[in-house]
Amino acid sequence: MTTTLLAIGTRKGLWLATSDDRRTWTLSPPHFLMTEVPSIGIDTREGRARLMVGVRSEHFGPTVVHSDDLGQTWTEPDGGAIRFPADAGASVERIWQLQPDSADRPGVVWAGCEPISVWRSGDGGEHFELCRGLWDHPHRSDWGAGAGGSAAHTVIPGPEGTVHVAMSTGGVYRTRDGGASWQPRNAGISAYFLPGPAPEFGQCVHKIARDAADPRRLYAQNHHGVYRSDDDGDSWTSIAGGLPSDFGFVMLAHPRRAGTAWVVPLVADSERIPPGGELAVHRTDDTGATWRRSAAGLPAGEFNAVLRDAAAVDSADPVGVYLGTRGGAVYASADEGETFSQVADHLPDVLCVRAAVLP
Amino acid sequence: MTVRLLVPRLLAGCTAGQRELAIPLVGPGTVGAVLDTVAADHPVFDRRVRDETGALRRHVNVYVDGEDVRRLQHLATPVGPDAEVMVIQSVAGG
Repeated sequence: MTTTLLAIGTRKGLWLATSDDRRTWTLSPPHFLMTEVPSIGIDTREGRARLMVGVRSEHFGPTVVHSDDLGQTWTEPDGGAIRFPADAGASVERIWQLQPDSADRPGVVWAGCEPISVWRSGDGGEHFELCRGLWDHPHRSDWGAGAGGSAAHTVIPGPEGTVHVAMSTGGVYRTRDGGASWQPRNAGISAYFLPGPAPEFGQCVHKIARDAADPRRLYAQNHHGVYRSDDDGDSWTSIAGGLPSDFGFVMLAHPRRAGTAWVVPLVADSERIPPGGELAVHRTDDTGATWRRSAAGLPAGEFNAVLRDAAAVDSADPVGVYLGTRGGAVYASADEGETFSQVADHLPDVLCVRAAVLP
Repeated sequence: MTVRLLVPRLLAGCTAGQRELAIPLVGPGTVGAVLDTVAADHPVFDRRVRDETGALRRHVNVYVDGEDVRRLQHLATPVGPDAEVMVIQSVAGG
């Protein structure tokens, strides 16, 4: 029997849910009550489950804490886990992303933060070092802020020193040398909110995901626009045909199967609710050529959005798909997004969810 | 000289449960010097009160003998012998 952990980060704390069948869940009391939890990483690479949580107090600032005992105890280095060096003249406002690297790079964890910055940890998320290559990028002064702040909200490591970052606003950037140098990779992605043709950078890319079977294939949910790249981000083509809307925040890729991804459309920038007030996921199994809607177990009459990190997949077979809404409801699917059951309701706004099969 | 530092309940976990600390200072003191002294023994407390740039966090207030240091000289505000330095969170959040 396997146990799945579902970690739920909200505006006012962290909840941990566990299940042996991914249909019936046991929900913990809140951790870090009254503290925002915008990012969670679950690292199972070394035969143990390390939980990393980016917490943020409105008063006392952000930090990263970690737990190796499923939240019974939390640890934070006295000197802090993630702090700008003095010469940067900046302070971390929010940790948006905590992403363990691949199994062949144990201990490496990436963070994306506000203000726009990317960080690398070599000790399993206990301490992070600023990625200078991006911080010192000549474009930095031209990057802007989305409604949620100015953040590197997505970091997806790839093979051989490749890392893709998505930022709002700035778009997609890629390094192929482990973070020393970065280039914008937004060709084909719309920036309708800017005059003239789409620029080299400045897009508001909401989320990107990497195809596990073909790491040069990427998927992007843009601020209007859903795209695929087959060339490591060098160019993007629309795959929005067949979706009820090209707006949304979520982009999930299957952890093993080529060509499968999920989005959660919202009506539009100006109407951030599920189409028709009916929450649904849309899935492609052919890299975005066609999409299929699934809503079984999800509520009609839902007027809350699903934020960019409030959706996740696990690595089980079949894959589990998880969603949380700004209305504080959380749903789990044990059958790759075909049917959902409710895990929790009436929590604070769900900012992020992450799930993993416990070792 | 010694000044008295009052710690908010929410940060008592960063000062080993102490809500009040006697802070020894050598020579003329400032609020910044008080926080520097506290940081030596309680670095987490300092990180909660000041960010990496050394600035007071936006929603943390510090009063010296009842006066808001943001209306005085911020962290350079002088503290005299037996001064009371109160750290408290502002009204913020929702």
